[in-house]
Amino acid sequence: MTWETVIGLEIHTQLATRSKIFSGSATTYGAAPNTQASLIDLGYPGVLPVLNAEVVRMAIRFGLATGCTIAPRSIFARKNYFYPDLPKGYQISQYELPIVHGGHLDIELADGARKRIGITRAHLEEDAGKSLHEDYHGMTGVDLNRAGTPLIEIVSEPDMRSAEEAVAYMRRIHQLVRWLGISDGNMQEGSFRCDANVSIRRQGEPKLGTRTEIKNLNSFRFVDRAIRFEVERQIEVLEDGGRVVQETRLYDPDADATRPMRSKEEANDYRYFPDPDLLPVVIEDALIEQLRSTLPELPEARRARLGTQFGLSDYDAGVLTASREVADYFEAVVASVPSAPKLAANWVMGELGGALNRDGLEIGASRIDAAALGGLVARIEDETISGKIAKEVFEAMWAGEGSADAIIEAKGLRQITDTGALEAIVDEVIAANPSQADELRAGKDKLLGFFVGQVMKRTQGKANPGQVNALIRARLK
Amino acid sequence: MSALHQATLAELGDLIARREVSAVELTRHFLDRISALDAQLNSFITVLPERALAQAKAADARLARGEGGPLTGLPIAHKDIFCARDTRTTCASRMLEGFVAPYDATVVQRLDAAGVVTLGKTNMDEFAMGSSNETSFFGPVRNPWDTARVPGGSSGGSAAAVAAGLAPAGTGTDTGGSIRQPAALTGLTGLKPTYGRVSRWGMIAFASSLDQAGTLTRSAEDAALLLAAMAGFDAKDSTSVEAAVPDYAAALNAAPEKLRIGVPKEFFDEGLAPDVASCVREALAEYERAGATLVEIELPNLHLSVPTYYVVAPAEASSNLSRFDGVRFGHRAADPADLLDLYERSRGEGFGAEVKRRILTGTYVLSAGYYDAYYLKAQQVRQLITNDFARAFESVDLIMGPTTPTPAFELGAKTADPVQMYLNDIYTIGVNLAGLPGISVPCGQIDGLPVGLQIVAPHFGEAPLLAAAHRYQQATDWHRRWPAGWA
Repeated sequence: MTWETVIGLEIHTQLATRSKIFSGSATTYGAAPNTQASLIDLGYPGVLPVLNAEVVRMAIRFGLATGCTIAPRSIFARKNYFYPDLPKGYQISQYELPIVHGGHLDIELADGARKRIGITRAHLEEDAGKSLHEDYHGMTGVDLNRAGTPLIEIVSEPDMRSAEEAVAYMRRIHQLVRWLGISDGNMQEGSFRCDANVSIRRQGEPKLGTRTEIKNLNSFRFVDRAIRFEVERQIEVLEDGGRVVQETRLYDPDADATRPMRSKEEANDYRYFPDPDLLPVVIEDALIEQLRSTLPELPEARRARLGTQFGLSDYDAGVLTASREVADYFEAVVASVPSAPKLAANWVMGELGGALNRDGLEIGASRIDAAALGGLVARIEDETISGKIAKEVFEAMWAGEGSADAIIEAKGLRQITDTGALEAIVDEVIAANPSQADELRAGKDKLLGFFVGQVMKRTQGKANPGQVNALIRARLK
Repeated sequence: MSALHQATLAELGDLIARREVSAVELTRHFLDRISALDAQLNSFITVLPERALAQAKAADARLARGEGGPLTGLPIAHKDIFCARDTRTTCASRMLEGFVAPYDATVVQRLDAAGVVTLGKTNMDEFAMGSSNETSFFGPVRNPWDTARVPGGSSGGSAAAVAAGLAPAGTGTDTGGSIRQPAALTGLTGLKPTYGRVSRWGMIAFASSLDQAGTLTRSAEDAALLLAAMAGFDAKDSTSVEAAVPDYAAALNAAPEKLRIGVPKEFFDEGLAPDVASCVREALAEYERAGATLVEIELPNLHLSVPTYYVVAPAEASSNLSRFDGVRFGHRAADPADLLDLYERSRGEGFGAEVKRRILTGTYVLSAGYYDAYYLKAQQVRQLITNDFARAFESVDLIMGPTTPTPAFELGAKTADPVQMYLNDIYTIGVNLAGLPGISVPCGQIDGLPVGLQIVAPHFGEAPLLAAAHRYQQATDWHRRWPAGWA
């Protein structure tokens, strides 16, 4: 029996505004508990919400980037339930009329093929606070710093057919929201998390199977693991003649398994109704057009352009457009050394990527800026230094010792191109290794590498290997 | 010149301007009357002598420097629904019995800035839910015209205090008639402005789409003075409207000669007491004598306003009152066993019966499976009622009729039958559903009890509304009648 997996994701993304969605409190992560909670966030008697206009602009930018329809009029609704970290007893969200709907995003499958994933809708809402159950001697602490943080919830169509596709889609959304500058996408801090709706059906069956919802997955790995487990579990249930129960489940990373949430936690009738404290959000075409005109070149388009414009492979173009910062960095390097885009790409993806990884830095915090790296690439390109020496120069630059030119000068790393000087060294090497010289003359060509290596050693790598090669051949053949 | 406590704000302002009385003297006069007489009425929940005298001194200093405006140094009372910084604000509920507000409502802040003196916080129906001021946790308020009778509600404390001369004026809030109905029952002028005219920031919410702050005064002129200070856009309230605030006092004498007055036949139904109908007819005749034309109009959906209101208002209230959960402020049950116990007992102990009834009703009408039949239907009817008024205002300038079906009733008369109580607001509720401005002015008496004439204007028509009320008060003296024993 073969089964088909059907997955839809609801991704909760924290919007990168400075203040909250309905109050002026700061959204900075990690402040002391309840120091970023105003009377509005605390739900005091008599307070009223006022919508942060930046949140609307960010949602429109997301909608435009995913081909969504921007609703000319959308409505905030109250989702009513009691919980200590929900100060008003309701969450302000959007229900019947979300701000954007009906878009899509393409993902790339393992075989390189593209697949289009539908985006049903994306709506704005406020986050709740945090209940802390440890360290309070059996009591529960409530931190409302996060209460009122703006979120956009992105709901996909059930278009994904495997855990890999789900992760690929989540990564694409993650890339996009950061690309647009509407979220920092920080998963450790809870800025980017998702709920996965998972069901299975017999291959060829048009009807969807009963789904379960796995809540609050906050890493790509957990999404992958949770879906895999859940699919196996559902197959087992069905093949044993049972049926899947529609329910909410949690993924436990320690057990690498999903388990049902207590039914009490989901037995809510949220009694949604339009929030009478907030006016409908009316979006004029002029605002949409203004935001459309300031939208950055999107990842897919930029990837295609980098490929054609600089003759890069699709894979390399993909790596260089992983984030807008990387792409900007790469293009800035190329701008300072326009003749060597492929070399620039190799250095950004290779040495620079490695160094950033090693030090745990984002490219924005790189110790070498794009112009400086361009300076280094230019010296490789004009053969002032070899690629090997360049790695040494790179490390010195990374350590803050100055520009490529300054380091080459200070350390005397300039490639020796003076034929006379090189000839003298070649002669010295031949004199020092007479038997090998005889063998090479006799036709043992693999000794050529030995002689080149000896010259490079004596010049501390500064000789041009091609030139050395030619000189040795001229002497010994 | 009548005694200080019988004077209007405008008259007291003149006395202050002529330095015949100081703000401190005025304030002491009213504080003395409150402490001597309020035991008979229970109109104040909290009296604020220190705050009031400090404000009065500051006002006198301002006046001495030649500063201040028409309200500087004049004492008023605030309904205890408005938050005032560092001041107990209870909403007449056990839930907020010990709640000290950490901030000022915009209404309080604007009146403070105008130099008004706050005598105290007045009694009301719990969370403004009631029409008789009998649902207060702090006990019922009595009507100075007959202390066996109710003053109306929910702004019954402000109404009784002003009617008895314990304050020259008071603030109120009106969700379904809570200013106009008590004004009618205590012989006062009660103004409910257009929804969005006055900021709701700091006014503890009952039904957010209907609540509006207003005034209880001795005259339309006083209402104009207070409204000028209270009204205007507030960035802290998204539903407050960015419309210019006219000079209401200057507009008082600008009523047109050829006023067209719509008289809805639905206001004169079988529920209206015949002697109340006669008083109102006589008031309309007074307008006719002054040159107005009476036009009979129809508001065909108005009879649906009470059931519509009792779906919409409880729905919003059920959600608005969820924040009172015993976690961050307000009443918390002792030694809760767990979270559910904390919620159930804090709310069970903190809320009174009428508030619970409305939370239950509101929760029910919003529940899955009932939402369409109740809440959605009620919103549709609300739109029909709004359209009825809009159509009527195409051919008339103002609409007039009774404020209440009967004069003040006795305490306890309707507490056993909530529907009878709700029907008290049958003529006022439609105005809230449509978001229109309305005013009640005294227009007669029956057996020594005041009767109110209700005037309704189109959206943001407060200036013509006040002008029409003022013109009537220039020609009559019902608004200057005084309850026996309180002179």
